[in-house]
Amino acid sequence: MIRFSHVFKAYPRGTLALRDVTFHIAKGEFAFLVGHSGAGKSTVLRLIYGQDLPSEGEVKVSGFDTRRIPAREIPRLRRRLGIVFQDFGLLEHRTAEENVAFALEVTGARRSTIGPKVTRVLTQVGLAGKTSAYPPELSGGEQQRVAIARALVNDPFVLLADEPTGNLDERATRGIFQLLRDINASGTAVLMATHDLDLVRSVQYRSIELEHGAIVFDSAADGNGGP
Amino acid sequence: MSLVMREALLGFRRAPVLSALSVTTIAFALFVVGLFSLVALNLQAALDRVGERVEVVMYLRRGTPVEATMLAMDDIQRFPEVARVEFVTEEEALLRAREELTEFRDIFDEFHDNPLPASLQVHLLPEHRNATTVAVVADRLRGFRFAEDVRYGGDWVENLDRLRGIAGGVGLLVGLAFAMTAVIIIGTTIRMTVLQRNREIQIMRLVGATDGFIRLPFLLEGALKGALGGLAAVGLNYAALMAVSRVLADSRFFTLLEAGAIVLFGTALGFLASAVAVRRHLRRV
Repeated sequence: MIRFSHVFKAYPRGTLALRDVTFHIAKGEFAFLVGHSGAGKSTVLRLIYGQDLPSEGEVKVSGFDTRRIPAREIPRLRRRLGIVFQDFGLLEHRTAEENVAFALEVTGARRSTIGPKVTRVLTQVGLAGKTSAYPPELSGGEQQRVAIARALVNDPFVLLADEPTGNLDERATRGIFQLLRDINASGTAVLMATHDLDLVRSVQYRSIELEHGAIVFDSAADGNGGP
Repeated sequence: MSLVMREALLGFRRAPVLSALSVTTIAFALFVVGLFSLVALNLQAALDRVGERVEVVMYLRRGTPVEATMLAMDDIQRFPEVARVEFVTEEEALLRAREELTEFRDIFDEFHDNPLPASLQVHLLPEHRNATTVAVVADRLRGFRFAEDVRYGGDWVENLDRLRGIAGGVGLLVGLAFAMTAVIIIGTTIRMTVLQRNREIQIMRLVGATDGFIRLPFLLEGALKGALGGLAAVGLNYAALMAVSRVLADSRFFTLLEAGAIVLFGTALGFLASAVAVRRHLRRV
């Protein structure tokens, strides 16, 4: 699914964001990426969705080798991933429904198939009643649900979540986390970067801990993972 | 395609102020270019009208037989530089002199004999109304036996030539400068729109939109703004011309083709400016 082999990532000013990172996320797995801010969590995710390239080593995502992938193939890789951010990343002048539909429209999906799919995922995230609300009219938790619905609508094999609960209160955090667990239960792998250790300790999922760009702890010590 | 169109139009609805601002900027930039073109066109037209007066006059010896004159006219008519040849008899010459030189009318009346010679007035084709050709034609006319004198106002034609050269050169230079300024202003304006939607572009990329897909609505939007700006510029130019036409009689407006060219120029500029802005931007995010 996702495989990092001895990955180093240096940024232009010489800072080393990742040092010799090796891990593997299996199909349908739920894993946390933990560590302080600046530990390299976001860099790992950016390498997965092709925003950055590894300086050394190999990143393989569902058959794509991100070092050799031609730039024009990156959109195709991203359509197979679901990506969720701390700041939701919604388009403010589009309704919840339009935000989700947008992810299908850019793939050139047929108009007739878009409506039913959008309704399905919005129902799945518990927003069936708010499809025509604009992001500013929704609470933080609801906005994150829209973002998750958008990430799900292309049936990704993995959901990448970068601090998805970072901007939410405790109640909304629990709701979103439960939603991610439900999504995982239906077969989609989830890789969630977080520094909320209480959340990590509350469940028995695999956690990979980064410090100064290196993995210092992996609860699936053999590297093949699984809870 | 309909999605692209919708996205492009959405750009206007979402940022009406910025959109209106860019259309206005484009309109004024093109208005200045248009205004300058109008001045250049009218100046050229005025110079052409002056140019029509470039003629070579061959005065005939007294007593030249009419048949010989007619044969000469046929010959001259066949010169490649010549548009038409006009025969002015002695009587006509006097008549014209009386009409044109009213202050000397009394003097003309006192003449018993007509002192004015008959002449052939040779009008040249537009492309040959310059000092060099005029001199060549005049030389050739001097070759006729019965040519008493050949005149063409050499200094005057040379001055006209020089004026035309200056008008053309300055026109081209200033026109290019104005067009360049318009390109830069329009480019900057469109770039602002693209920057304003930076976040949106990032999100589009993350959900797997191809660069082509992201680019197209921007290009369309830019072209549309350019076209609107071009139309507005033509309208402004027309208003400006109407405003000064009371003072400047005979000034002409753009032909439909020229007006269309301004709109097309605006459209192309909007399109290209967007292409450059988005291209640069996509390389960075």
